[in-house]
Amino acid sequence: MAVPPWIVIAVAALATWKIGGRRVGLLTLFGLLFLWNLRLWQATVETLVLVILATAAALVIGIPVGIWFALSRRAWRIFSPVLDMMQTLPSFVYLIPALPFFGLGAVSACFATIVFSVPPVIRLTALGIRNVPAELVEASDAFGGSSAQKLFKVQLPLALPTIMAGVNQTMMLALSMVVIAAMIGAGGLGRVVWQSIQRLEAGAGFEAGIGIVILAVILDRATQALAARARPHGTA
Amino acid sequence: MGRITLQGIGKIFGHDPARAMDLMAQGKSKAEIAALCGAVVGLRDVAVEVPEGEILVLMGLSGSGKSTLLRCMNRLVEPSCGRIVVDGTDVTALSRRDLLAFRQKMFGMVFQHFALLPNRTILGNVGFGLEIKKVPAAQARERAMRAIELVGLKGWEAKYPNELSGGMQQRAGLARALAADAEILLMDEAFSALDPLIRRDMQAELRELQKTLKKTIVFVSHDLDEAIALGGRIVLMKDGEVVQAGRPEEIVAAPATEYVARFVAHIDRVAVLRAGQVADGTAPVLSPTQTAAEARAVLAGRGGEAWLVAGPDDRFAGRLPAVRLAAARPDETLASLLDRDPGTVEAGAGLAGLLGRVAAEGVLAVVDTEGRLVGSLTSRDVVLALSARPGAGGSVPGGHEAAISSEPAGAERWTGQSPNSPSTRSATRASIGSPTMAAG
Ligand SMILES: Nc1ncnc2c1ncn2[C@@H]1O[C@H](COP(=O)(O)OP(=O)(O)OP(=O)(O)O)[C@@H](O)[C@H]1O
Ligand SMILES: [Mg+2]
Repeated sequence: MAVPPWIVIAVAALATWKIGGRRVGLLTLFGLLFLWNLRLWQATVETLVLVILATAAALVIGIPVGIWFALSRRAWRIFSPVLDMMQTLPSFVYLIPALPFFGLGAVSACFATIVFSVPPVIRLTALGIRNVPAELVEASDAFGGSSAQKLFKVQLPLALPTIMAGVNQTMMLALSMVVIAAMIGAGGLGRVVWQSIQRLEAGAGFEAGIGIVILAVILDRATQALAARARPHGTA
Repeated sequence: MGRITLQGIGKIFGHDPARAMDLMAQGKSKAEIAALCGAVVGLRDVAVEVPEGEILVLMGLSGSGKSTLLRCMNRLVEPSCGRIVVDGTDVTALSRRDLLAFRQKMFGMVFQHFALLPNRTILGNVGFGLEIKKVPAAQARERAMRAIELVGLKGWEAKYPNELSGGMQQRAGLARALAADAEILLMDEAFSALDPLIRRDMQAELRELQKTLKKTIVFVSHDLDEAIALGGRIVLMKDGEVVQAGRPEEIVAAPATEYVARFVAHIDRVAVLRAGQVADGTAPVLSPTQTAAEARAVLAGRGGEAWLVAGPDDRFAGRLPAVRLAAARPDETLASLLDRDPGTVEAGAGLAGLLGRVAAEGVLAVVDTEGRLVGSLTSRDVVLALSARPGAGGSVPGGHEAAISSEPAGAERWTGQSPNSPSTRSATRASIGSPTMAAG
């Protein structure tokens, strides 16, 4: 890595502090320092990059689809069962279709991760928009707002807390999938775990496992803090 | 600007509006249509006219179609048939794009549960309509602030809705509707979620604002007291149809149907009725040129504190106290015996403000704007008016009849007769005679 770890750690700690307050900031600081200390820095960064890329892609796909599902009763009726099925299938099933297209490696892993982690953000975006009180939507119509104005000034801002909860879930699913995707060649902490299992190195596997937990807690807290900030003023 | 005309508005909710429209044309009732094809009749052949600058109150029980009618006016609900004309624009014919622009220009709406955006400050909420209209930010801010001041929320503009009480939130809702400078305000049960005291304040305040703003306001309410407080005309609805329209006092004095009668049954009649509606037009009226002897002969032993004297053309001359008549020489003319205080009230005066005078003076003379005698008003008339059973066919619309007093409890109802017909009037005399006589 070109950037020295301590700079990355400092920036990450500051960023999470800003988002989620001192506790989350300190958690990030010590968590990442611990991982660096375990010589897992390289693997951690690889995992993080994969998770962030996959989550970003899932959001780019999932939020518009969620909006579509919210606004079209028909689409919702047709595709809601598909989402249900996607979430009930065991995660490694998604590894299989990725292989013939992308072969072994990070691309396949990323693809499988996106497919696996996209349902929550779709579902919660749709839910958030549908749950905007009818009176507020009507207010926009009554003042002559166009569909786009209604969406961007009323529906999306009010659905934001719910959408952020979806982002949180999607990110957690992405992390869990990135670990499993080590089986088809994703790098990172998952690969360390996978290799230790194959070589029966319980200690190394345990360390990497802890690393994944730490990463999960940091990502969870940070996105939850983001979701809390999206909530309208004064509501719990 | 802001005149609304609705003609033949109908609204069917459900799958098969065409079939339901057919059934409606055949005169089937709402329940029958629901049974036959499952469609809900929301509105049926509604014709309403709202003159500009006036308050119209839509009333009716739950499900009677008030909200639907209100939303037809700006086509938030698409009417199944009929025509809506606002200021000469046929709203029903507007394309979607033009409709949005028309809403921006003409309509402001106030909602029952305020419908403020929780993620925006009061200023942001009040400026919402202007933002939709794409008014430049600085100007929008200034106009929103003006609206906020108008409703008395200055100093609260940076707060969020949940930091305000219900009454204040609805002020913000009102400010949002006012900020956009719309000429028509549509208010759907705007004060129904407020507690009674705040509610009354808001009613008074809206009325006060209306004096200067002169908006055209359509206000949905199921509270007749509120309708009266707002002082507008009332349209009473049932099952999607208009059952009666008129001023509150007209409706209270002469309910058209049993439904309307039930609606007005609880109403504080003193607050609504006017002197002209209560006055007894059948009391004997003396002429100023008569002599005391003649007058005694006419009155023939009737009791009473005072008599009313009117010249030709019903022109009111004055009151003749009974004691003076009794003490007068037989050849004295009545003109010289009249009380110095004429004791007149205008027919349009509210009854509530007259109770003290009626009690103190015994008999008041109710006159119209040209000074013609309408009738006498005694405490007996007041009591009869207040105890009158609403819905009885005998009530007479308009103020120039002894409408309410002619229907005391226990008297027989007149049915199937025009209240104004001569036989009705004679029935009045026969059944109760003059209140002054009975009082003696
Ligand atoms: N979107 C809809 N779909 C089906 N039926 C509807 C719809 N909106 C209203 N209705 C029906 O139309 C009728 C009139 O409803 P509306 O909401 O106008 O009544 P309302 O007088 O405003 O009643 P409330 O005092 O309860 O607000 C009712 O029978 C109602 O069930
Ligand atoms: Mg309603």
